[in-house]
Amino acid sequence: MSAPLLSARDVGKRFGGRIACRDVSFDLWPGEVLGIVGESGSGKTTLLNCLAGRLVPDSGSVTYETRSAGSVDVHRLSEARRRLLARTEWGFVNQDAREGLRMGVSAGANIGERLMAVGARHYGEIRGQAADWMARVEIDIERLDDRPTSYSGGMRQRLQIARNLVSRPRLVFMDEPTGGLDVSVQARILDLLRGLVEGLHLSVVLVTHDLGVARLLTHRLMVMQGGSVVEQGLTDQVLDDPQHPYTQMLVSSILPV
Amino acid sequence: MTCSQPALRVSGLAKSFTVHAQGGMALPVLRDVSLAVSPGECLALVGPSGAGKSTLLRSLYGNYRADSGSIRVRQDDAWTELVGAEPRTVLDVRHRTMGFVSQFLRVIPRVSAVDIVAEPLRRRGTDPLEALQRAEFLLAMLGIPPRLWALPPATFSGGEQQRVNIARSLIVDYPILLLDEPTASLDAANRDGVVELICRRRDAGAAIVGIFHDTDVRDAVATRVHEVVPPASSAGVSP
Repeated sequence: MSAPLLSARDVGKRFGGRIACRDVSFDLWPGEVLGIVGESGSGKTTLLNCLAGRLVPDSGSVTYETRSAGSVDVHRLSEARRRLLARTEWGFVNQDAREGLRMGVSAGANIGERLMAVGARHYGEIRGQAADWMARVEIDIERLDDRPTSYSGGMRQRLQIARNLVSRPRLVFMDEPTGGLDVSVQARILDLLRGLVEGLHLSVVLVTHDLGVARLLTHRLMVMQGGSVVEQGLTDQVLDDPQHPYTQMLVSSILPV
Repeated sequence: MTCSQPALRVSGLAKSFTVHAQGGMALPVLRDVSLAVSPGECLALVGPSGAGKSTLLRSLYGNYRADSGSIRVRQDDAWTELVGAEPRTVLDVRHRTMGFVSQFLRVIPRVSAVDIVAEPLRRRGTDPLEALQRAEFLLAMLGIPPRLWALPPATFSGGEQQRVNIARSLIVDYPILLLDEPTASLDAANRDGVVELICRRRDAGAAIVGIFHDTDVRDAVATRVHEVVPPASSAGVSP
C-alpha cells in the first residue's frame, strides 16, 4: 500500500471546441474499485480512454506503477511499451463484447491469445487454462471451439471477461460492462465480476450510468457532469448523502422497484 | 480486560442536509454532539423520532458526511480521524474495526444467504471453510432454518432478511459495533437470540453504540444512554 497504482493529474481532453473532460485528478490504490458515473455525454468514456492510454489527453498526466519497472507516465511511453502494458498488466472490458473479442476465431483462441501475448507457448497448457477460464465464467466447455459469433450477448461478455483476466492483470478498465444486456443476464455478470474482482484482488476503473451497478461493485465514486468531476467519495456516502445538486438529482431519479 | 481508553470518541460533531431541489434549503440535524464509548460499554441513543439518532449513527460509520467536528476511532493503538478522511481510510476502519448493523439487507442477486454472511470473514483472509461454518453457526443461532441457507435471500421474509443481515454484521469480531434498531420487526424468540449475541459481544469487550426502540431490549443490552437532542427548529422544519 505504499504507492497508488494509477494517478491522474488534471487530465483534460477536448474534441474541437467541445470540452469532453477537464481537470480530473485522483489516485487509485491497489485493490480499489473506482466507479465513474454520470449521464451520457458527461465525459466518462473519454476519461476512461485517456486513463487507459487509448486517447491522448490535451493536458495533465496519467501515471501507472508497474509491477517491476517503477512508475511510468502512460502517455510518454512508446506505442510498443504501452501496448505491452495493456496486454500484460491491464485489461479492458468494452461495453460491446465484439470490440473486445476477435469474432473470427474460436473462444479458446480468444482466451489463449492473451496468454501467448504474455509468453505462454505450450499448446496443451494454453488450452487447459482456456478451458479453466471458460468454467470460471460459466460457459460450457463444449463451446470452447465455437466462434463468439454463435454466442449470446451475455456469453460474449463473459468470454470477454475471461480473455481479459486470464493473463492476471492488476488493473482492469471497464466501460459499461453490463450495458445493453437483459436484467437477468446482467445480474449473472455482476455476480461474476464481484467474485473475480475480490478473489483476484483487482483494481478497477468502472464506467457506468447505472447507480445500482456502481453500488454493487465499487468502493468509491466520481460523479461527472459536463466533463467535470462534481463530487467524489465513498460509494455509499455519495449515494446515501449526495452533496452536489447534480448528484442529488441523479440519485433521486432512480425508480424504486 | 479493563481498558479505560475509549474505543470511539466524538466531539463537536455537526451534520446538516442541504436539499438543492428545494432551493438549497438547509436542514440542520446534529449540532455539537460529543460522546465517548469504551470497550465493554453499550451506549443507547435515545430521543424523540426525528431527533437525529439514525443520522448520528450513519455519520459515525461515514455513511453520511459530517459537516464539522471529530470522530476518532482507536485502531492499531492510535487514533484515526474519520471526519474528512480519505475513502480508503474509512474503508480500512470498516474492514477491521467498525461494523454496522442496519435494519435492511441489501440483497445481492444470486448470492446465497450463507455466502452473504460468510463474505466479510472471507474478505479478511479467514479460511473459506471456517468462514462457512461460522456463518452456519450464526444463521442457526438466529433461527434461520438450514433449508434456506443455500438460497439467495431475495425471497425471504423481512424478519429473515434482517437476521441474515445481523449474522453478516456480527460474523467479524469488530471492536466497535453500530446497531440501528437490530431487533425491529423480529418476534420475541428471534429477538432474544439477537439480544444474546449483542450481550456476548459487549461482554467480550466490544464498544457498542445503538438505537433500540424496544425498552426491554435496551434494558438488556445498554450500559448507558445518550440523549440526542432534536435540532432547534426555529423555522418549524422537521426532516
